[in-house]
Amino acid sequence: MLRILNKIRKIGIVTEPVAAEPSLEALGIEVKRRVGRRMRGSFAIRAVDAGSCNGCELEVHALNNPFYDVERFGVHFVASPRHADALLVTGPVSRHMAAALQRTYAATPAPKWVIAVGDCAVGGGEFGCSYASLGGVDKVVPVDIVIPGCPPTPTALLRGLLELLKADS
Amino acid sequence: MIRFEWLSELLARCEDEHVLVRHGSATQLALVHLLDIDHEDWGSFAAVAHAYGCRWSAVWADQVDSGLFNLNACFEYRGDYLVVRAGVDLRQPVLPSQTPWFPAANRPERHVQDMFGIVFSDHPDARRWTRHQAWSEGHYPLRRDFPAEGDRGGEICAPDADYPFFQVQGTGVYEIPVGPVHAGIIEPGHFRFQALGETVLNLEERLGYVHKGIEKIAEGRDAAGLARLAGRVCGDSSVAHAWAACMAMERAARCSVPPRALHLRAVLVERERIANHLGDIGAVCNDVGFAFAHYQFGRLRETWQRVNGQVFGHRLLMDCVIPGGVSRDLDAAQLDALKASHAELGGELEELSPIVDYHPSLEDRLLGTGVLTPETAALLGTVGYVGKASGRDYDLRRDHAYAPYHRLQVESPVFREGDVAARLRVRTHEIGHSLALIQQLLDTLPEGETALPWQPPASGAEGLGLLEGWRGEVLCYVRFGDAGKVARFFPRDPSWLIWPALEQLIHGNIVPDFPVCNKSVNASYSGHDL
Ligand code: SF4
Repeated sequence: MLRILNKIRKIGIVTEPVAAEPSLEALGIEVKRRVGRRMRGSFAIRAVDAGSCNGCELEVHALNNPFYDVERFGVHFVASPRHADALLVTGPVSRHMAAALQRTYAATPAPKWVIAVGDCAVGGGEFGCSYASLGGVDKVVPVDIVIPGCPPTPTALLRGLLELLKADS
Repeated sequence: MIRFEWLSELLARCEDEHVLVRHGSATQLALVHLLDIDHEDWGSFAAVAHAYGCRWSAVWADQVDSGLFNLNACFEYRGDYLVVRAGVDLRQPVLPSQTPWFPAANRPERHVQDMFGIVFSDHPDARRWTRHQAWSEGHYPLRRDFPAEGDRGGEICAPDADYPFFQVQGTGVYEIPVGPVHAGIIEPGHFRFQALGETVLNLEERLGYVHKGIEKIAEGRDAAGLARLAGRVCGDSSVAHAWAACMAMERAARCSVPPRALHLRAVLVERERIANHLGDIGAVCNDVGFAFAHYQFGRLRETWQRVNGQVFGHRLLMDCVIPGGVSRDLDAAQLDALKASHAELGGELEELSPIVDYHPSLEDRLLGTGVLTPETAALLGTVGYVGKASGRDYDLRRDHAYAPYHRLQVESPVFREGDVAARLRVRTHEIGHSLALIQQLLDTLPEGETALPWQPPASGAEGLGLLEGWRGEVLCYVRFGDAGKVARFFPRDPSWLIWPALEQLIHGNIVPDFPVCNKSVNASYSGHDL
């Protein structure tokens, strides 16, 4: 226990701002303001991997690490589409996942947003369209905003979320 | 050690069992021995290999002309690899299965069946595997006459509702279907549990949801395009797959890679291993509510990825490995940055590893949880950290010593307990070993080129890449067609060999421990579904 407490004391708080990402704090505060105003303080996202290589998932995960810690801006990932304000969809939509994606979309209460994350989700990316892949997410459900990148960095993800929250407000 | 000194004995056994080996070559698939056999002997060869003590590694088919498939299976013995090949007539594509001898062949053979329409006559489980409803029964995507775009346009196909799952019946037995969409930020797949009270009686995995047609869309790509695609077979193993694909292409083209590039590739693949281990150690701890370790290891992973971004230009190291070498050289400042990052992590782990290794509440949840016995692991031919935690002392970096590891001192941990704690311990030990390897690699970093210009090989040239990725043995087969274009690409992620272990190790555990068991195995969906 002592070792744990010592480590905690020594590391302190690493949550940004740190030198590497000077804009993150400002970006986050802006997100938080918008979440506060538009979403009454809480923006719930349900992540759906519709065929990704798992690269995008790793970076979406990173949003929750202590450096980015998006929960402090009011953004949190939820376990059910029924609790979600938005779906964050990664990957080209594989044909084997298309129906599951549609159903997840249907299970999300309106009004809802769809965020297509990664080059694959935007337009098929490296996998394109084939007998097994339908290509971009918009082939299956309406998309409100795209966040390109292969995969997009956590900062790019946060920027994308902010843009969504700013749109038509 | 002399390579392949055992082969003549195996061949003698084949003769005893009347398995006719028509032709053998040590050069055609260099570093691997290739044996041509008759398709009728497909099962009997497996029987001989099994009795001899070989490990089954992979099976893949390849349509070489309009009426003929080549079917290949790869076996390993004492770090040497053997590929057996049989021609299979397209009009009569039936042959015996190897699954009765090697359970590991079960799903891979069903993948071949779904993709090529090759039938393994005595396969114990004839159900489809990779195919859901994206293409019809009787159509085979990897045959030449199947168009890459398919025949369904933009149609959204029905969910795969009628897959015949195994049933367990009895008083009080109930079923829990989970997925494909899971509660966390993870890949999709389906798990079907039968439970009695809290105890899992049976788990059946159903995968294939993220099948993206990777093998098909690889056809016609040039070497650079294939390396890019290989780097996305499985996003957490981008370096391993890109390197395996480049290794296969370079062997096909008889192209040598500059020593400096080989060292940098190994640095990349070890950095990939460490990043994933850091993330997973944190995630396993999180699954049993030990938030401290989750945050600490999450922090280490993020710092690590940032250095990746600064030094190699990509946080997940994608597209760093290219045919003929690596895409960027490192200057003195970057090398210093790398060394600093290794020293820093080493220091951190000195403090954190003992906490994770000896924390009573972690021990309480992880010791004895999700046990894969050494016997089951041997039966399944399990590789990587899942195998190493269950007595399987195998690591290609040491036992199949390929460049640049052949010059290095490679250590690999092994335990016999087979529980979640042992798998975690393999990870912490491997991080330490990888740091030591990286230090050796950088200390002896050769001067010179980092890539040679790519020269496409002649049509028909083929190569097999084999290496140890962070999950275990990665295999990749490439055959070139005309004009330097890829005619066949088959990446075999180690996940094929570790997914079946999860079904076994969960028996008798309680349902709420499934997430931590699953995370401790962490097989890839994308790398498996292709
Ligand atoms: S965009 Fe890149 S990282 Fe994301 S799923 Fe596609 S290939 Fe993987």
